[in-house]
Amino acid sequence: MSTLTLETRNKRTMLIAFGMALAMLGMGYAAVPLYDLFCRVTGFGGTTQVASASDAAMAERLAASAGGVSYSIRFDANTSRSMPWEFKPVQVTDTVAVGQRDMAFYTARNNSSVPITGTATFNVEPEQAGRYFNKIQCFCFTEQTLQPGEEIRMPVLYFVDPAALDDPNMKGVEQITLSYTFHRASEADKNQS
Amino acid sequence: MATTAEGFDAHHEDHAAHDHADHKPAFFARWFMSTNHKDIGTLYLIFAIIAGIIGGAISGLMRAELGAPGLQVMGDVVNFLGGDGASFDQQGHMWNVLITAHGLIMVFFMVMPAMIGGFGNWFVPLMIGAPDMAFPRMNNVSFWLTVVGFISLLFSLFVPGGTGMGAGVGWTVYAPLSTTGSVGPAVDFAIFSLHLAGAGSILGATNFITTIFNMRAPGMTLHKMPLFVWSVLVTAFLLLLALPVLAAAITMLLTDRNFGTTFFDPAGGGDPVLYQHLFWFFGHPEVYIMILPGFGMISQIVATFSRKPVFGYLGMAYAMVAIGVVGFVVWAHHMYTVGLDVNTKMYFTAATMVIAVPTGIKIFSWIATMWGGSLEFKSPMVWAMGFIFLFTVGGVTGVVLANGGIDDNLHDTYYVVAHFHYVLSMGAVFSMFAGFYYWFPKMSGRWHSEFLSHVHFWLFFIGVNVIFFPMHFLGLQGMARRYPDFTPAFSYWNEIATYGYMIMAGSMIVFFVNIGYALFAGKRAPGNYWGEGATTLEWSLSSPPPFHQFETLPVIEDHHSPDDHISEKPATA
Repeated sequence: MSTLTLETRNKRTMLIAFGMALAMLGMGYAAVPLYDLFCRVTGFGGTTQVASASDAAMAERLAASAGGVSYSIRFDANTSRSMPWEFKPVQVTDTVAVGQRDMAFYTARNNSSVPITGTATFNVEPEQAGRYFNKIQCFCFTEQTLQPGEEIRMPVLYFVDPAALDDPNMKGVEQITLSYTFHRASEADKNQS
Repeated sequence: MATTAEGFDAHHEDHAAHDHADHKPAFFARWFMSTNHKDIGTLYLIFAIIAGIIGGAISGLMRAELGAPGLQVMGDVVNFLGGDGASFDQQGHMWNVLITAHGLIMVFFMVMPAMIGGFGNWFVPLMIGAPDMAFPRMNNVSFWLTVVGFISLLFSLFVPGGTGMGAGVGWTVYAPLSTTGSVGPAVDFAIFSLHLAGAGSILGATNFITTIFNMRAPGMTLHKMPLFVWSVLVTAFLLLLALPVLAAAITMLLTDRNFGTTFFDPAGGGDPVLYQHLFWFFGHPEVYIMILPGFGMISQIVATFSRKPVFGYLGMAYAMVAIGVVGFVVWAHHMYTVGLDVNTKMYFTAATMVIAVPTGIKIFSWIATMWGGSLEFKSPMVWAMGFIFLFTVGGVTGVVLANGGIDDNLHDTYYVVAHFHYVLSMGAVFSMFAGFYYWFPKMSGRWHSEFLSHVHFWLFFIGVNVIFFPMHFLGLQGMARRYPDFTPAFSYWNEIATYGYMIMAGSMIVFFVNIGYALFAGKRAPGNYWGEGATTLEWSLSSPPPFHQFETLPVIEDHHSPDDHISEKPATA
């Protein structure tokens, strides 16, 4: 240390400092995938979970021992401003026992004169229900293309994880709202052009 | 230590053109190509004063609009800037533009340049006994980046920003208002201005860290550094770690706006709440960036005018370090209402309240420093005492707001506005005025009028309290921030707050008269004009200090405590 000139030491300190700043810049960008991962894993912010059919069967068996607690599920549908689709749930609410698989339907109709591909984002309220709301099948997993005037029925196959009954944060929750918003696929690209 | 001296000699080859301590370059080279830390400090202070006048004038327009319910002033402002003043939307947009400009100017172009660029540049090298900053030319680059950033922000006022001219997105620049909600180049210019100011600050922070680590006078260990230098060191680290995160976030905004990325756009799998997380991961350390150098200045001033070493030097230094560290893990208390679960809120509430501990250590140590001291109520001291009182008021409302449950009710109300103006508009600004009056004769070589300084203090003290104290009531009654209009039920306290602004504005006239008086008719100030309480190295030099100081390095002897660096035989310049 003492054998180095001040100039060398200054340069070294500067480089370390710039390195720290660059690392933080990288962390800022790394936050994007990490945040996404975090939301998926923890259900943070009402991110719903994806489950396989075998998970569902397991949940059903667990629920059988838990007794017939049920939740009211509310279905909500929205479209983004530039999306000329009519999008609504077939049934606005449904009551489902914990662990029981249930199928709900939404309908979408393309009111424009051109074929449009849409993709749906989804979320549940209250937020803490996100990690217990499992979807086995959902139209939101893939893009949907509708011809002009075409109307389709789209299914969601879901169940509420019985683990919800053990979570103190879920106490008092009687209704879970499942909300979808349809956007044009790669809408952001189209906005710019 | 011989190596250190050798190092300084090597550094001085940069200045081979002017080897005499007081040889100054010609006007243009001196002020526009400056590499002298004192000149750059002066430039920063002048810049901050100009930005402060603009930012303060904007807050005047805001207070005028809020003086009574309805829209009275915004239409004229829109007309003045060439828009359609009769349009309700444009009036509302102009309000958004003004609050955005006020916030950004005060944070990035007034407080930060004054505290870190101004006082930091001036006094860090003087206090540690260094001839200049480690990288004088980079110092110059920092300053001019900040200036260009400011110009970019001002330019944004005159280009379309969606509903009208200017960027109306708030200083937080939240998506989606700042992405799909604001078409036009104004927001791009505002974002670019933050990039420039941020780059300038990162360079400046690097410079301070290098200077403080490598260029302290022989014998000045870290634990003998003046507390102001400690505060700038901690601030520099906060800048270095927080600003790149802001840079990342606003770069994502730029690409979302212009290049079709969807970082914050749900349509493409993004999440606008992620922007808030990134912004506040920067934003919370940023508020400590704005106040820590103030803490440092207050420590120097309180000790000087109590004629006592500061109480609990190590506690004071490490309290700042603790504030800096904990400041990085409390960011979500700015966004309790985005839908955090109970446990997350609980953590952020507890972590936020922990910050009250080191802050309390500082407040009580200042009081303990004054206790039993030989107090002198000179102008810097009254500002410092005003700071301690008002910052504590802001701190108490901060503890209230730290509670996730209470914040659900108070979020985005005037209670929050009152809180952060008590800690900034009174905390940071009072400490800057304290530092200004403390060091102005040192910087200029001339005395300000102590009488006018006291008049300035009392008018400003009364003015800002009349502006901001009623905002606590308004906020508790539910008045929301960020609107140019309000229900007539809120008229009473809003009108009073607007009178407060007038008192405050009057005090600023006194301030400028005082500066004018000092520069043109002020008495010459001696080297150490505050007497025996002033014990840091800048007081061993003349006022103003020579253009190049400490060509012979001062030596801090073993018997010198952190609070007394002036040896029996004063160091020569």
